[in-house]
Order: sequence, then structure tokens, then C-alpha cells
Amino acid sequence: MTAVEEVPVSAAGNPIGFGNMRRVEDARFIRGQGNYVDDVTLPGMLHSAILRSPYAHARIKSIDASAAEALPGVHAVITGKILEGIPRPDLLGNNFAWMPTLSYDTQAVLATDKVRFQGQEVAFVIADSHYIAKDALELIDVDYEPLTPVMDAKRALDPDAPVIRDDKGFTNNLIVDALGKTEFESGNKEETRAAIAAAQADPNCVVVTQEIMYPRVHPAPLETCGAVSYLDKVTGQLTMYTTSQAPHAHRTVYAMVSGLPEHKIRIISPDIGGGFGNKVGVYPGYVLSIVGSIVTGKPVKWMEDRSENLMSTSFARDYHMTATIAATKEGKILAVEVDVLADHGAFNGVAQPTKYPAGFFHIFSGSYDYPNAYCKVKAVYTNKAPGGVAYACSFRITEAAYVIERVVDCLAQEINMDPADLRLKNLLRPEQFPYKSPTGWEYDSGEYEKTMRVAMDMAGYDELRREQAEKRERGEYMGIGISFFTEGVGAGPRKDMDILGLGMADGIELRVHPTGKAQLRLSVQSQGQGHETTYAQIVAHELGIPPEDIEVIHGDTDNTPFGLGTYGSRSTPVSGAAAAIVSRKVRDRAKIVAAAALECSPDDLEWTLGRWSVKGDPERGKTISEIALLSHSSLELPEGVEGHLDATAVYNPPSLTYPYGCYICVVDVDPGTGQVKVRRFIAVDDCGTRINPMIVEGQVHGGLADGIGMALMELIAFDKDGNNLGGSFMDYLLPTSVECPNWETGETVTPSPHHPIGAKGVGESATVGSPAAIVNAVIDAISPFGVRHADMPLTPANVWRAIQGNPIRVDMAVE
Amino acid sequence: MEVSMTINGNEITKDVEPRTLLVHFIREDAGLRGTHWGCDTSNCGTCVLWVDGEPVKSCTMLAAQAAGHQVTTIEGIEKGGELDPVQKGFVECHGLQCGFCTPGMIMTARWFLDNNPKPSELEIREAISGQICRCTGYKNIVKAIQWAAENPATNEVTA
Repeated sequence: MTAVEEVPVSAAGNPIGFGNMRRVEDARFIRGQGNYVDDVTLPGMLHSAILRSPYAHARIKSIDASAAEALPGVHAVITGKILEGIPRPDLLGNNFAWMPTLSYDTQAVLATDKVRFQGQEVAFVIADSHYIAKDALELIDVDYEPLTPVMDAKRALDPDAPVIRDDKGFTNNLIVDALGKTEFESGNKEETRAAIAAAQADPNCVVVTQEIMYPRVHPAPLETCGAVSYLDKVTGQLTMYTTSQAPHAHRTVYAMVSGLPEHKIRIISPDIGGGFGNKVGVYPGYVLSIVGSIVTGKPVKWMEDRSENLMSTSFARDYHMTATIAATKEGKILAVEVDVLADHGAFNGVAQPTKYPAGFFHIFSGSYDYPNAYCKVKAVYTNKAPGGVAYACSFRITEAAYVIERVVDCLAQEINMDPADLRLKNLLRPEQFPYKSPTGWEYDSGEYEKTMRVAMDMAGYDELRREQAEKRERGEYMGIGISFFTEGVGAGPRKDMDILGLGMADGIELRVHPTGKAQLRLSVQSQGQGHETTYAQIVAHELGIPPEDIEVIHGDTDNTPFGLGTYGSRSTPVSGAAAAIVSRKVRDRAKIVAAAALECSPDDLEWTLGRWSVKGDPERGKTISEIALLSHSSLELPEGVEGHLDATAVYNPPSLTYPYGCYICVVDVDPGTGQVKVRRFIAVDDCGTRINPMIVEGQVHGGLADGIGMALMELIAFDKDGNNLGGSFMDYLLPTSVECPNWETGETVTPSPHHPIGAKGVGESATVGSPAAIVNAVIDAISPFGVRHADMPLTPANVWRAIQGNPIRVDMAVE
Repeated sequence: MEVSMTINGNEITKDVEPRTLLVHFIREDAGLRGTHWGCDTSNCGTCVLWVDGEPVKSCTMLAAQAAGHQVTTIEGIEKGGELDPVQKGFVECHGLQCGFCTPGMIMTARWFLDNNPKPSELEIREAISGQICRCTGYKNIVKAIQWAAENPATNEVTA
């Protein structure tokens, strides 16, 4: 079932436009011929390893690296003290040992004064091989004075809590955001509180308050982070192969950090083995590979091992939320308030638009029609790894979608109403779009009830409820969970959204060669999304050039125009729009060239896919490839019209796009063991126009697996001493093929009215929407035991404890 | 120490440290970059290759242990310029996205189908359960392996 219109088929059997098409990328990957950063080998290349802190909080008294330096094969050992002494043009007032984060904080490249989380970078060894570099780490003697770590966000607020960021002269652990504030607020506070108070006083209304934790997790792409850097001292050129979702933004940051001129920096992001937000941040290891090349004069490779990845590079979530929902007893929602305490770790390294220190969390009012919503978000430093915005979260919309969908289910339980009926009663109606939400978003389009009905029909919802009732009679615990989510993606309008002052627009360049073959140069960066395929399809759709005749070039700052990269589901909404617009520029130019060749006025021409022809005389026309050749020929063009068809564009989105969906999960819970079996998962997504439905569905499948992981398995926990308890795949459990059901996907198509091809972006939808459906299903299953809520991950132990009335607290350090 | 093994039919001898892991030998010394590395703890399976026709996680085996044995990697399963049906299945069924887990998945799947040519969905899921994919949610990998089972190689002589 696809809503894609019929399109012509190319000689190679590909759709000339939208539709299922095998991926261009696959040919190299199935042969093991991908080119990932760890596959890059440069002549004379050295290897490296990072010494990391065993303590979560400790003062560094001294570092003795002499034995490591003396080890044969070691070229250099770099410490924070050495970094402090390397001169550079200082653009940001920071020491070289410190670097800017993407949220206007600073982060230690190598610790100089204190270590602030377990796994923090302390020293950097450059050696002939990775093995020797690792040996040398063992020989570095660091004298630490352990300090009391702060491992609970709530404890960080205590007046007597140790101060983590004394380097900044702070006297407490509250984070001051880029706007100079310690609290982010959104929505209508007075009206929301008044509505909640009125509901409390009204016997026909209910108010439900629930503490809901979204625990710390990690995106854990299979390829860890790494870089190969080479600074050519003769030319001054820095070439860096790196795992980057945002090569252009990273180039600018490296110019700021290193003082190297930006035009002498080339970032190459080759094939990326999954990103999910893990490869947006700038990490000390990247900077150290540059430093290593400056110091040794040779290319230096740095690759994290898995524990380093899980312990030091961007975690996700760690949101402590308290949600209050007010409604009538008939289930009409009146107001929602959410209070958040966010744990950002030791450095404020979140990657999100400057004006939005809590990301887009304030879209939490969700998919429902009610006038009053308010949230406030406070963030603290703790002795944990920095990060926060990662793992396909659409800038914290994951937390937002989870909290509203969880608390709506709490409400359903309170008023004893079917959660599907409760949602249907409150969903926004089609005539309300464009819809201005109480927290200021303008949802572009949606037919929510239609999508929900499709999901319920696919699931056989009423039949499932009957089955559940029968099973309960027999003492079997089956659960059905629903989630209806709305995302805002495609950041974003330059007037509102920037990262480090860089507006979130994306450039694009389309070259049409004389023979009609084309190259499209993108600023965004695939980490598996299949850009080489879908972007060719967008150009094919606009120009009629077969997709196999369009080469998509990305991941090299010297060969692509500037743009902010791929995260937050922004590629299709932003760069995809740019691809359509640049193609239309080419089409407009082609019209003038065709008119000159056909000796008529451009106004006399009409476009059919791939061809301009004279209105009323379709035989008289020129195909796009004929026009391409003519544009390079001696044909005389009108005054002011340059030759060739090549064009560039920059797309500054007018607004976000708002994909949405309805997910239904069916689980069976064994109350004796707490084991959860996900039996079915139905996902109906509306992401507007689908360029390549096969790729869209593939992305949904992957996000649903993320949901299984987060809801049931994944957790980065810490003990009271600050030890990371999720530092390997033995401890950080990821879903495998046996935990995942055979996903059932469906679709509705409601195009975005302001996007040139009506596409909305889908890369993170399933990661955002699925956890709530799974948790709601599990709670639904065990609700006969009086359970209203239990925090993720719903491991067998946690489910069993919840059934016993003693759920595990995941918001605190493990005893 | 000197380590010799046959990789994809070619004998290779290298002087390596005794502690060298097989995955590093394959990638660094033999220069075959299709075998990936992802976790160190035998959990993720991106490093799966065959030793004497049996899949192993090459991050958990020393190169020295493979000395004198026949090793097959992803680069060795294309026959006479013809893709293996499993490779074709991954393309046909969109069984990959970032491609990082793909070589290991294909190596396990090929071996599995050789031993169970007509598997059920559950058997396929169990066969690849020692390998992690972060992109696909596994459904299309399962379909790809089913496709390969239904479309065996035409250029192979069947017994």
C-alpha cells in the first residue's frame, strides 16, 4: 500500500521520481568495500590511545609520563599541561586544553585541574601501533586526589553538594544556558496552573501527577567515533577524515579550536557506520588527533574502543520529569504541566539550537487539543559524561513524546477509560491545521484520527481487547499500548535556530553536464540514510533525469557547499527542499535555453517530466539532456542569461515540518519472572510525501528496535562512586533479532504544505514514538496488580519489582 | 612471531606480535577492510568471518590460533564475479543501511543457509541473534536471508 503516484521507469529499471528503488550505496557495502574512518590509512600514519580517568571526580596532583615516553615505538605523550603551553590564536578566550562545546560551555580536551567524570580524557599517547599506544597508557602514573562525586541530579542541587565546575568560578551546579538563564520555560504558566487548580476543586474533574524518568541511554552506533588527521606543515592544510554527521559545522569548530584558518581545513566524512546523534558532538579525541599531527608532523589515527564510546561520547536523555495532567472525568484534557530536572553531565555539551536549551522538549503538549500547557526545565552538572541530545531524539522530542503519552495513559487508568478512546476524544482535528500549540509551535498539517484508525484497524484493536479480557480471566497478562506522537523536525528557520551562531540553513549545488548527466553536492551527511539514492530521486522527480545518471556527492567540505549536517531528522526537510529548489532553478534556466533553441518565447513552453515543448505542438520540444548540450553550445541566449545549467541554492526553511504517527504494541508479561515478550508492533507513520517508501520503512524499523532497546533493555547507570555500569555491550544491552517482532508498518500521507515536495522527515519518528507504546503496553499488562507506572528499562527485574509494588528507581545512583 | 594462513584462497605470511587479534591481522596485515570491528566483547558480530568454514568472531581469536587454517572473509564469497545470493538478497530486501554490520551478517547468513537451506523465520532470527544491527530493526535482514533461501545460486552444482 503506497500513496506514491505512478512514475516513468528508467532504462535501468529505476523510478524517474519517487518510489521504491534499490540503493546505490549497497553495491559497496555488501562487498565489504565501504570506506569507514578506521579503513583510512595514510602514508606514515601513527596510531593513538587516550588515558582516561578511573575516577568520576578527582583532583589531578601530578602526571608522570616519563616511562611511557621511554617505551620504544612511542612518539609523544600529551597531557593537559602540554596543551596549555601550545600557542594558538585565541578566538574564544579559552586555553588550548579546553574547547568550546556546542552549547557555549567549555570542555576539557585533556584534564588539567580535575577530572569530572569516569572516562574523562587525561593523556594522549601517539605511537607506531595501537597496541603500543595502549601499552604506554599503562605506564603513565597519575596521582589523583579523589573527591566526592555527584551522581544524582537532585543531589546536585543540594546547597552542600560539591561544585563540579569550579574551573568556571561557579558556586553551584546549576547550568547557565546560552541565554544566560538557569531555567527554560514555555507555555502559559498562569492559565495552566489556574486550570489545574480549578480541576482539583471540581468533582467532575481529575488531576493526575506522575514522576516519570527517561533514563540515560547511549546511541551506540556500531562504528565508534574516530578520526585520522594530517596537518601538512608545508601547505598548512589540515585534512581530517572523521566520523561526523555535520562536516561543515565541525570544520568551523575546528577552526575556532585550533586557530587554523578555515579555508585550510578539509573535513572528509566517509562512510559512517551509524550516527543516531553520537557523531554530532565535537569530542576531545577528534581534537587530539589534530594535536597529534601538529606535534609529530605525521597523520594520526584515533579510534575509540567500545567502552570509550559508551563512557565518554554523547549520552542521551537523563530527564527527570514530573507531569501533571488535568481532565474532566469524561476524558477531555484541560491542561498539562511538566517540571523537568535535566542531567547534562560534567560539561554542557548538548547539541541543539542556541535559543532552545531544552531542545524542542516544549512540544510536549503533543497531538491533543487543549489550551493550557506549561513546562519548566532546569539543568545541572553532575559527574557523568557530557552530552544529552543524541540517539535519534529530534532535539529532546523523544522525552516530550514519552512524557505526554505516558501521562495520558496514567489519566486513562485513573478515569477507567480505554486509552484509545481517550486519545480519539482529544486528538487535533484536520480543520485545526495549521495549529498553533500552547507552547508556540505551528503544526503544519495532520489528519490524526485517520492515522489512528488505520493503526487500530491493522492491529484489530477491539479483538485484542477481547483477547486480553479472556486472558485475564485465565491469569495471563497481556498488554496493549498506544502512542500517538507529533514531532517538529527540519531545524530550522535561520531567524530562530542556530548552533554556535551558525544558522541552520543548508546549501546545495547541482551540476548538469553537457551530456545531461548530473552531480548533486550536498551539505548533509548520510550515516546510513541512503542519501545517494533518495537525493537522486528528488532531482529525477524535478528534472526527469534518470536517477542512475545523477551522482550524489557528500561528506567532503572541499567538494560540497556549507550546511549544518544530518541530525534531528533535518536532511529531507531542509536539504531535500534545497534539492528540489535547485532542480527547479535548473528547469527554469532550461526553459530559456529551450525557447532560444526552438525560437519561441519561454511563455509558449510547457513542462512535462524531462522535457520543455511548445504548448499545443508537443512534437516541438527539447529534452533536458538536449537542453544541457545546447546550454554549452554556440546557441545565442537572451541578454543577461548565462550559459550552462549549473545552479546553487541555500534553503532556509520557513518553519519546521511535523511528522506524526500512531503506534500500537502488544506484549505478553510473565508475572512470575517479569519477562516481557513483544508479540506485535504496529507502526503507522505520516511523514508526508515518501520519496523512497522502502527507505522510509527501513528507517521506521530501525527506530522501533531502538524503542525495544530503551523501553526494555538499555541503561547507562552509575554507582554511588561514579562508576559507569553500562560501559560495554556485556552490560549495555542492545536489542537483537530475537527481541524484535516482525514489525507491521502502515502509512497515511499528509504532505507538508510549506515543503517544496511535501516531505516531512522520518529518521527519528520511530525512536521518538515507540518507547511510550511499549511501556504503555507493559503497564497495561500488569495494571491488575495496581501498577500505574514504572520507569524504563522494563527489565524482568524491574517489571517483577513493579508487580510487587516496589519498582526500581532509575533516577538514583545504584547502591 | 611468524603467522601464516590462507585467506580467501591466498596464502599470507606476516611477522606479528603473538597477541595480535585475528580481526587486526585481517584488517591491518592482510589489508582486508571488509571485516569490521565493533565491540571487543564478542557481542556485536561485525567481525564475523569463517575459519575452516565455520563462522567465528575474529575479535576474540588470536591470529596465531588461525595459523595454518583456511580463513574466508566477505571479500571471498563472491564467486567468479557473481554475487552470493545472500549479498543479492540484502540489496533486494533493503537489508542494510549504514552497512557496518553487513559483512558479518552476510558471513553468518551464508553459513547458516548452507546448513539449513529452508529455514523458518524463527530459525533465521536465532541464527543472527549473536549479531547487532543498529539501523534495520532486523526485519529486512530476515527477509534478505529468506530471499537468498528462495533464490539459491544458479551457477553452483547442487548435490
